[in-house]
Amino acid sequence: MRPFLLFISIIGVGILFLSRLFYLQVYKENTHNLFEDNAIRKVYDYPKRGFVYDRNGMLLVANQPSYDVMIIPKEVEPLDTLEFCSLLKIDKETFISTYKKAYHYSPRLPSVFVSHISKQDYAVLQEKMRRYRGFYIQKRSLRHYQTSIGANVLGDIGEVNNAIIKKDPYYKIGDLIGKQGVEASYEDILRGTKGIKFIQKDRFNRNIGSYKDGLFDTLPKQGKDITITIDAQLQAYGELLMKNKRGGVIAIEPSTGEILAMVSAPSYNPNILVGRDRSKNFTNLYNDSISKPLFNRSLQGVYEPGSPFKLMNALIALQEGVITPHETVTCYTGYNYGNRFMKCHCDYGTRNNLVSGIQRSCNAYFASTYRKILDKNGNASTGINNWSMHAKSFGLGNYLGYDLKVGQKGRIPDRDYYKRAYPNTFYSTYTISNAIGQGEVATTPIQLANMIAAIANRGYYYTPHIIKKIEGEELPTQFTTPKKTSIDKVYFEPVIEGMLQVYKNGTASTLQIPDIDVCGKTGTVENFAIISKAKKQLTDHSIFVAFAPKDNPKIAIAVFVENGYWGSRFAGKVASLMIEKHIKGKITRTDLENWLLKHSLEHEYAKPFAGVPFGINENTRLQVVDEAEYNQLKKQLDIINSEVN
Amino acid sequence: MIRETNRHFNFDWISIFLFLLLVGFGWLNILSASQTGSTLNYFDFSQPYGKQLVFIFFNFILIVVLLAIDAKFYERFSSIIYLLSLLSLIGLFIFGKNVNGATSWYAIGNFTIQPSEFAKVATALAVAKYVSDLNTNIKSFKDQIQTFIIIFFPTILVLLQNDTGSTIVYGAFFFVLYREGLPKYYLIIGVSVIMLAILSLKFGYTTASFIAFVVIAIIHFLNKKKRRIYKSFLLLIVATVITFGTNLFYENILQPHQQERIGLWLRLEKDPEKLKRIKQTYAYNLNESEKAISSGGLTGKGFMQGTRTTGKFVPEQHTDYIFSTVGEEWGFLGSAFVVIVFVLLLLRILHLAELQKSQFCRIYGYGVASIMFIHFLVNIGMVMGLLPTIGIPLPFFSYGGSGLWAFTILLFIFIKLDSNRINQW
Repeated sequence: MRPFLLFISIIGVGILFLSRLFYLQVYKENTHNLFEDNAIRKVYDYPKRGFVYDRNGMLLVANQPSYDVMIIPKEVEPLDTLEFCSLLKIDKETFISTYKKAYHYSPRLPSVFVSHISKQDYAVLQEKMRRYRGFYIQKRSLRHYQTSIGANVLGDIGEVNNAIIKKDPYYKIGDLIGKQGVEASYEDILRGTKGIKFIQKDRFNRNIGSYKDGLFDTLPKQGKDITITIDAQLQAYGELLMKNKRGGVIAIEPSTGEILAMVSAPSYNPNILVGRDRSKNFTNLYNDSISKPLFNRSLQGVYEPGSPFKLMNALIALQEGVITPHETVTCYTGYNYGNRFMKCHCDYGTRNNLVSGIQRSCNAYFASTYRKILDKNGNASTGINNWSMHAKSFGLGNYLGYDLKVGQKGRIPDRDYYKRAYPNTFYSTYTISNAIGQGEVATTPIQLANMIAAIANRGYYYTPHIIKKIEGEELPTQFTTPKKTSIDKVYFEPVIEGMLQVYKNGTASTLQIPDIDVCGKTGTVENFAIISKAKKQLTDHSIFVAFAPKDNPKIAIAVFVENGYWGSRFAGKVASLMIEKHIKGKITRTDLENWLLKHSLEHEYAKPFAGVPFGINENTRLQVVDEAEYNQLKKQLDIINSEVN
Repeated sequence: MIRETNRHFNFDWISIFLFLLLVGFGWLNILSASQTGSTLNYFDFSQPYGKQLVFIFFNFILIVVLLAIDAKFYERFSSIIYLLSLLSLIGLFIFGKNVNGATSWYAIGNFTIQPSEFAKVATALAVAKYVSDLNTNIKSFKDQIQTFIIIFFPTILVLLQNDTGSTIVYGAFFFVLYREGLPKYYLIIGVSVIMLAILSLKFGYTTASFIAFVVIAIIHFLNKKKRRIYKSFLLLIVATVITFGTNLFYENILQPHQQERIGLWLRLEKDPEKLKRIKQTYAYNLNESEKAISSGGLTGKGFMQGTRTTGKFVPEQHTDYIFSTVGEEWGFLGSAFVVIVFVLLLLRILHLAELQKSQFCRIYGYGVASIMFIHFLVNIGMVMGLLPTIGIPLPFFSYGGSGLWAFTILLFIFIKLDSNRINQW
């Protein structure tokens, strides 16, 4: 027994050591990951971020160098602080506190001392930098917007947050990433791939050479340039017309689905989100909870579509065979259903067929049409599901699938949607507001514009998109394959004829453009706000949808102007001018232009916050901007118009 | 004549082979741990790897000398060797050079020598000599005391030089004496005291005393031979004193760094902030060496490719922490290889010791195996975080002339004794 004590101890310790080694080296950590090895410094080489061009090849977004003064506190030697501070344009207290902060972070690692110094300061500083030991200048690349428009389209870049770093290991702390607009949508293409160098360091964090002679190092891959579908001039024009208004404008080229302009008002100059003041300016935009400049109204604004939705109901009714274009409905200044009544603007006893129904926007005609659709098989439940299916085939009621990161589904109700309100009986009259685009239907401007594009194409649409060309790459097929609607081609002509009549003799007859057959539809939508816990009606939204020309359409447009009252008052003018601008390149009706520049709706937007009773619609007056601002807007207009190519 | 020739080359080649493996592989790792960058000159004698090469060269001369000396010499002169060794230790108090807080070195020019390393060999010889004496009976109390005194002198001298690590090594002789007939209760008492000490540190003395009470009560009532109650009572008092004593010792006598090391080992510190601080100060080496070993994975990062080794993240890596280089660069396969080679060498020595006809040779062989075993256990256990930090070298592996030579002398005296086995009378 006695000789075995040591024997057993040796064997036991041997086994213990082997299992501990197994635990440490095989079980706990089975691969050596260079990225997680803190003995290896990872130095990144950032590629050039891709440029963004508009559809006509105009450069919209480029890069600019930015210079940061860096400090390594350990290496700082006594210096002439007075001179240094004046070079950096900081005071001595800032110098001392920044130095202390950097020293506290790490005496041996570099930290930013002063960020984003101007090119001029850099030029001066560069000469003298070698005199200040422990300081050096680091060059970084920032975005440089060549334009003051399109903030909501172009977006911006900013530092990645922790959530992104956790999700995508490509990003490291301090990296820049597209935050909004195309910068976010095409981040992967624009950013390229950063190169990496692995550097062996010692325990004092000093570099002691390349790891394995650079075996694993990679070179950066440049970001690719992209061309977007936006027409910068049309965009600028639209933004100018929407000055002092709120709302969204979307213009689409029906034959391709390309987004020609995407205006969200109010907007801001994209350049304010670059450089030293980025975070301050962003906070200001973010905190503006009244005008919400970061909220992209053309993609995210969900509005009841109003009368333009009557077009949809007309198409469905024709497809379902419940009406014919020549069948008439008599309007008695409204429509009676049960013991209720829906008002209309028509004269008493007007007999409307499809075309005149659209032209006059007759509520009675469409109420009757909507009921015919739902009651086709004597069952409003299957009827509304069928109706909903047709509407959804135009891309309504769901995300469209365009290539921008923000959006809303909108709403096209079906029987399930009404289950809560009407669990048992369900009649077509219950939802009759849908007939005139109010009630439960809701759309975003881009959905409505897409619907008009599908009408312009007589039955199909291309998913709207912002990307036109990627350097050396094909466009995704989702943007090049047409999507068919559930309405046959033949049923579009009478509806389009109605839309043409709207322009020629109907609700938009004041907006005609010489030589262009515009097909449009006005909309005036009631809307409400909650003011001190009471629901209060506000001035109607002004809506206009149109496409032009009638044959071979080049543009389909949807304009929403919040609280602009009737459709042709604001939205119609904007649409008419933008159509003319796009097709003709110049404006013949400068009176409309001037009218829009001159009139502001800011007073409407102030009403709910004023705390005093206010009038709406017919009880409100137009607000005129002051002379100075008007002149300034005129000047901007001249600049845009002078850029005609 | 034929027998004579055989006698000279009848060395245990298995041990020698394992020894060469360890020295060779050890040097490769010292090279890796002490390389200083781009250019590598193996004969740069200002660098540890160059110096170690010189030590290894002299080591072979030493081996030849050791094997050439007559086997009987070691037994006959063991007392004198022991006395000389004690003198060299005492001399340190006058001529010693202080390195890292321990006064364990003689400095002759650039060259330093650490007599405590050699004292282990001398003590092993002296113990073997004394216990193997025909007049000595290890079962008698008087002779036990005598043996303890032999072991005690070098132990206390080394402790007084503030070299705690080397002190622990003398515990190795317990294995030797136990093999030679030291009564079993020493083992029981030893194990019980260690257990009690750990229990009282980990769970506090009340809990430890209570556990001791329960255990003693169970033993008392299960014992078939009727035990006197006062004996068990006395035992309980002793146990309680030990538990209290341990805590007093821990809190009042141990130095802060020793407290932190033991505290970390027993996971006493729960506050994450303080733990983090300990990891950056007292346990910095341990923390870095564990990380280096873990990062090696199954196959390691390759010779001279360890990122933490190259970056000198583990201080003292070429000496006490050399095993972390093996772990990082050679992975699980390499480290397991080293562990297995050590185990094989230890078992081989043990096996040979049992074969000895002379009691002196057997006891000495046991001494060799025990001393090397303690070094192996404490060093690798420490580097992997299984034991508290105690700085003693890994035999044949760690950088250092004194260590290398002392272990070589220790081993090769035994190999010489073993080769002479058939001539014993």
